[in-house]
Amino acid sequence: MIAEIGLAALWLAAALAVLQMISGAAALRSVDGSTHPLAIYARPAAIVQAVLAVLAFLMLLRAFAITDLSIKLVATNSHSMKPMIYKLTGTWGNHEGSMLLWVGVLALAGGLLAGLEKRLPEKTMGATLAVQGFIALGFYAFLLLSSNPFERLPVPAAEGIGLNPLLQDIGLAIHPPTLYAGYVGLSVAFSLAMGALLTREVNPNFARAMRPWVLGAWVLLTLGITAGSYWAYYELGWGGWWFWDPVENASLMPWLAATALMHSVSVLAARDALRTWTIMLGVLAFSMSMLGTFLVRSGVLTSVHAFAVDPERGAFILALLLIYIGGAFTIFALRASAVSEGKRFAAVSREGALVFNNVMLSAILAIVLLGTLYPLLAEAFDARVSVGPPYFNPASAIFAIPMFLVMAVGPLLRWKEDKPLRVQFEMLLIAAVLIATLAIVALAGDYPLLPVLGLGLAAALGVAAFLPLRGRKLSRVPTAVWGMVLAHFGVAVSLLGMASEGAFTEERLAAVAPGDTVEMGDWLITLESVAPVAGPNWTAIEARVAARLGEGEAVTLTPQARNFWSPAQATSESALLTRWNGQLYAVIGAQTPDGRWQLRVWWKPFVTFIWYGGLLIALGGVLAIIGRVQVDVKRRKAAELGEERRADLAALTPEPAE
Amino acid sequence: MSTAETRSGLRLWLWIPLALFAFFAGLAGYMLTQEKPEFVKSTMVGKPLPEFTLEPAFDGLPGASSGDFEGGKPRLLNIWASWCLPCIAEAPQLEALKDEGVEIIGIAIRDRPEDVARFLERHGNPYTRIGADAISAVQLELGSSGVPETFVIGSDGTIRYQHIGDIRPEHVALLKAELEKAQ
Repeated sequence: MIAEIGLAALWLAAALAVLQMISGAAALRSVDGSTHPLAIYARPAAIVQAVLAVLAFLMLLRAFAITDLSIKLVATNSHSMKPMIYKLTGTWGNHEGSMLLWVGVLALAGGLLAGLEKRLPEKTMGATLAVQGFIALGFYAFLLLSSNPFERLPVPAAEGIGLNPLLQDIGLAIHPPTLYAGYVGLSVAFSLAMGALLTREVNPNFARAMRPWVLGAWVLLTLGITAGSYWAYYELGWGGWWFWDPVENASLMPWLAATALMHSVSVLAARDALRTWTIMLGVLAFSMSMLGTFLVRSGVLTSVHAFAVDPERGAFILALLLIYIGGAFTIFALRASAVSEGKRFAAVSREGALVFNNVMLSAILAIVLLGTLYPLLAEAFDARVSVGPPYFNPASAIFAIPMFLVMAVGPLLRWKEDKPLRVQFEMLLIAAVLIATLAIVALAGDYPLLPVLGLGLAAALGVAAFLPLRGRKLSRVPTAVWGMVLAHFGVAVSLLGMASEGAFTEERLAAVAPGDTVEMGDWLITLESVAPVAGPNWTAIEARVAARLGEGEAVTLTPQARNFWSPAQATSESALLTRWNGQLYAVIGAQTPDGRWQLRVWWKPFVTFIWYGGLLIALGGVLAIIGRVQVDVKRRKAAELGEERRADLAALTPEPAE
Repeated sequence: MSTAETRSGLRLWLWIPLALFAFFAGLAGYMLTQEKPEFVKSTMVGKPLPEFTLEPAFDGLPGASSGDFEGGKPRLLNIWASWCLPCIAEAPQLEALKDEGVEIIGIAIRDRPEDVARFLERHGNPYTRIGADAISAVQLELGSSGVPETFVIGSDGTIRYQHIGDIRPEHVALLKAELEKAQ
């Protein structure tokens, strides 16, 4: 029954998406003053659709929880012996399940939008919901016609095949759902942008309505990327935290677009400038989400992320991309010329700095997109290439460095127009911190250029992040400003982690017998023993490694080389020792012919700051949302109060004679 | 930065995103219809067999060396392992080739003698010799990236043909033809 309920819910949700589309489109036809009779269905349709899509997902979750082996997806991706938590996370550890999650979040976002957003003109809202329904419909079709998660097996399987062991990890429990919620949350920004474009309502009011959605999606993307990076770092056992892999890039690109959008929408809300640009970014951000989904799911690119790939599904998603992105950019090209540019501003102003950084972010986005797609282009001409850090790092740094510099100064500038001299003290302070840090690092040793620049910028940004608070009464600072300060400080913290990892990491690869000690920097690493251990669905060789810092006490690390048996796969479980100032990372490798073991250890100073920074950035985003919503609620209350007063006054004063 | 007010007519830059997207969509569409080469072809095909000498993989058969491929007739070099499931699937096909008089020399990758013996007992032994390649050294020299793989070695000692993956029934005739060409 579970599968049938789930499937029925999906079909019903698809039908409601059609209703939502028609009803939303009808709202566009409403003549001033009166609403079209069909228009009233759009909001309820979106809300009920959300309930149904979430129900479908819960049904699949249930099927995985009880390992219902009559469902093909469960039989091919789960196993009765798996621990419960991994049974549940296995729901989205496969193509069909993760697409259902995608659609579920999409419907939920649409439902929330329909239920919560009351500020926009009904026409704009109708157009927005129509677009949202149209997107949902395409993905329901994809799910129901080519990736049905509820397909039954003619004969129930005796046992499931299992889940890729790399995915049997708590990182998987939080990483994809968060990322998906972020990806799909951008669909709301997309729909709002299209709705505003279609009804020519691109104005600060629209920007204020769009902003919390952009912020929310951006926070989730930030968290998803941060978690994904940490997961790859400890699970893949390569000691790296970012690999510029197509799948990682697929998550980075929407984030870059969303970051630009978030800033641009703020300019539109505060200053009524950058109208076309904001719409463009709104379309672009969700386009990047869908593009990422396509790249990951179609298998046109090869990646370390092993997803089940299927060209037919790829063709289906490509068709969806053509309809949505192609359609959106066509409407943009036709309609945007009718949207006025908005208010002017000087080059040296808050807007000016934001525009500069928007352009830099877009340039980085273009660089990442080019690097990700280049192998595809090269392969079309029969050349096989793989684009890696030697391209991505310097190419993105060219734009990231000026961006960080402007980011340090931008928040200090006034809107509309400002004089650099007004903030000369702050600028001198930032420059002094930058130069001093660069000088200290350069004197301390011979390190690669980019990490050194990164350290300098991190220090300068760390100081600059708090400068907007200077001279203000802290208790009076709006919550949203605290959000910005925290997020910008988070960028500095994260950058410090990246640069420090790049500059100061120490690595040692040694073949050791039990009892041997190797030295790495100040650390003494002793391999104490190697012994087999067994887990619920794996066996492993586990090394006991004692790590001692100078004369300090020894800490035991237990890296493992694991072998899973369903499906058969070997993974390397790294062992981490976290100190406030860095992490010790140990991996046990293969046994050499003479009976020694390959032991690989890294000391990565401040590497954890990368992810702490990510968390700070996300927290800043949360504060910004809270701040904006607070202000909105206050404003709405004040407006209501004003209206009441006017009504009272009107009631008290006699009708004026015509 | 700020040019003013409503203008009618089309502005060219507004079409740029669409143009870029159209280019991407065309490329992606083209690539989706292309066959994806899943395996890495060895660049060693057409070159002489590299020199190697391998210890016996178990007590029953002698080890293998490049010298064993010299003289007279083309042979098959089969890279396999007792822990490899597709190798079980291809065992009947190797048996069929052996019955037709083909000499098959095996290289067991990262294997243990007792496992090799048990595998041959269970699934038949088509080999005349099996060398043990504990660290995939010879496998890598041959340009092979996985198990099982089968090479046709010509009578002149050059690598003539590489078959990647398990040998299915329909491949037997193909390998026979390659062996004949390699005379």
